Amino acid sequence: MRTRHVVLSAALVPILLLAGIEPALAQEAPAISGADTAWMLMSTALVLLMTPGLAFFYGGLVNARNTLNTMMMSFVALGVSGVIWALLAYSLAFGTGSAWLGDFSMALMSGVGTGPQGTIPQLLFLGYQGTFAIITAALISGALIGRMRFGPYVAFIAIWGIVVYAPIAHWVWGGGWLFQMGALDFAGGAVVHVNAGIAAVVAAIVLGSRREYGHTALLPHNVPFVLLGAGLLWFGWFGFNGGSALGANELASLALVNTMLAPAATLVVWAFLEQMRAGRITAVGVATAIVVGLVAITPAAGFISPFSAILLGAIAAFPSYFALQWRAKSRLDDSLDVFAAHGVGGMTGALLTGVFANEAFNGLGANGLLYGNPGQVMTQAISIVAVLFYSGIMTFVILKVIGLVSALRPSEREESIGMDILNHGEEAYASSDGTLLLLTDEINGGRSH
Amino acid sequence: MKLIKAIIRPEKLNDVLKALFQADVRGFTVSRVQGHGGETEPVATYRGTSVKMELREKVMLDIGVSDHFMQVVVDAILRSARTGDVGDGKIFVCPVEQVHRIRTGDRDTAAVTPVPG
Repeated sequence: MRTRHVVLSAALVPILLLAGIEPALAQEAPAISGADTAWMLMSTALVLLMTPGLAFFYGGLVNARNTLNTMMMSFVALGVSGVIWALLAYSLAFGTGSAWLGDFSMALMSGVGTGPQGTIPQLLFLGYQGTFAIITAALISGALIGRMRFGPYVAFIAIWGIVVYAPIAHWVWGGGWLFQMGALDFAGGAVVHVNAGIAAVVAAIVLGSRREYGHTALLPHNVPFVLLGAGLLWFGWFGFNGGSALGANELASLALVNTMLAPAATLVVWAFLEQMRAGRITAVGVATAIVVGLVAITPAAGFISPFSAILLGAIAAFPSYFALQWRAKSRLDDSLDVFAAHGVGGMTGALLTGVFANEAFNGLGANGLLYGNPGQVMTQAISIVAVLFYSGIMTFVILKVIGLVSALRPSEREESIGMDILNHGEEAYASSDGTLLLLTDEINGGRSH
Repeated sequence: MKLIKAIIRPEKLNDVLKALFQADVRGFTVSRVQGHGGETEPVATYRGTSVKMELREKVMLDIGVSDHFMQVVVDAILRSARTGDVGDGKIFVCPVEQVHRIRTGDRDTAAVTPVPG
């Protein structure tokens, strides 16, 4: 449970957890607030927009013959991960269950209606949380570009949403063991970003490098796309963090302003690092810095002061910047640096939450190292390690099992043609010149040419 | 002098460039072209429309060389551009009447790569 629940927890935890199951109990919950509902409706739409934003961010970073496939790996999550979430994963994440996993009480959305959950309708809570499940799956795809067959990818994110995302969401936000231990994760530093980051590394290792990796550079084919994607992500992130207050209130304001300030500081420091080390400030670098800053502030957004947010954003630039430099020289084909941005950024943010957390800004959170509670850093570290191990191991197992049923990668020949034509039969920048229109009977009879 | 025109797969360009540099070729022109080399045409579908992609992206290299250097270059391209599948491309070797290097006004053999020395 993130703060969204911490905030409400004192009086409401029992009702929160039961509200979806027992409509009769819903009457005892406080009335639905119009203002809170309005903000959460908006936030749900904002977070959903992050996934198309991510598609542009990733799509611009790859070469032209893999653009559509890269973007489709995000877009397909809007369908697959959304349906999986509504039918099963939501119940596994937010059902009462045990400290380790929810239950099946709300599977198939049973009992999830328009009654109140906190001060918003239960259904809205399900929808809002679903947008997180979608983008977490999509984030992983940055490590899989240019070399994965689409069918196995779809199977992977479907299973991953149930086996990996739902349990971890339960641990932290659904009343599970990390929540009981007091781990602070406002909007998903561990659940979303560390989780996706380690899954990306493991998936890149299981798949192996692209065949051209190491001798042909992967240059962004459309840097304006990358900037557009970073902008859309930032815009959507106001719903991601601001919405995690679960209401239109002081906490949402704090989280939203922190979400503005931290990436701003990361951008400044990142630009400075680039100027010092390479002599030029790059557009791709600035776009990357925005994402790193957003990731880092995610676990902390509703727990720390705006001044701390600027510090946190500034500090977060360093580990991710150097992780990215290291990765580029390594044999690890995490092509779009999911781990450097989301894994390392998420870990930095989660640890710094344990440093900067201040009860003066969120009385239902906790104090961190700077405010006399050094133990919080250890609690944060435990939550990171738990996510790293569970997500890493399960991602490995899922991909290996899918690999037994169906080849994960195409042949060398197919890989060199590009994933767009191979997986989708489309090109991002198709020209009509030299194409022959096929009539219906030719298609039916002549696909094999 | 000869003009070598090689049409190759775009994805083999890096390998070919590497082979050319190793063969000490220092001057060439690269163009993105479209062509058809007898390979099977992929079918693309956009909404209800299915099309056969008759033209594939190719890369054309133009390399001016002196006569004795021609075979070295041809061998380098043959070695580096081959995948074994239909559509690997062609190499044309054409006679050249004159070559001028614009910077110095060098003519013919003096003007083609590699710079004799």
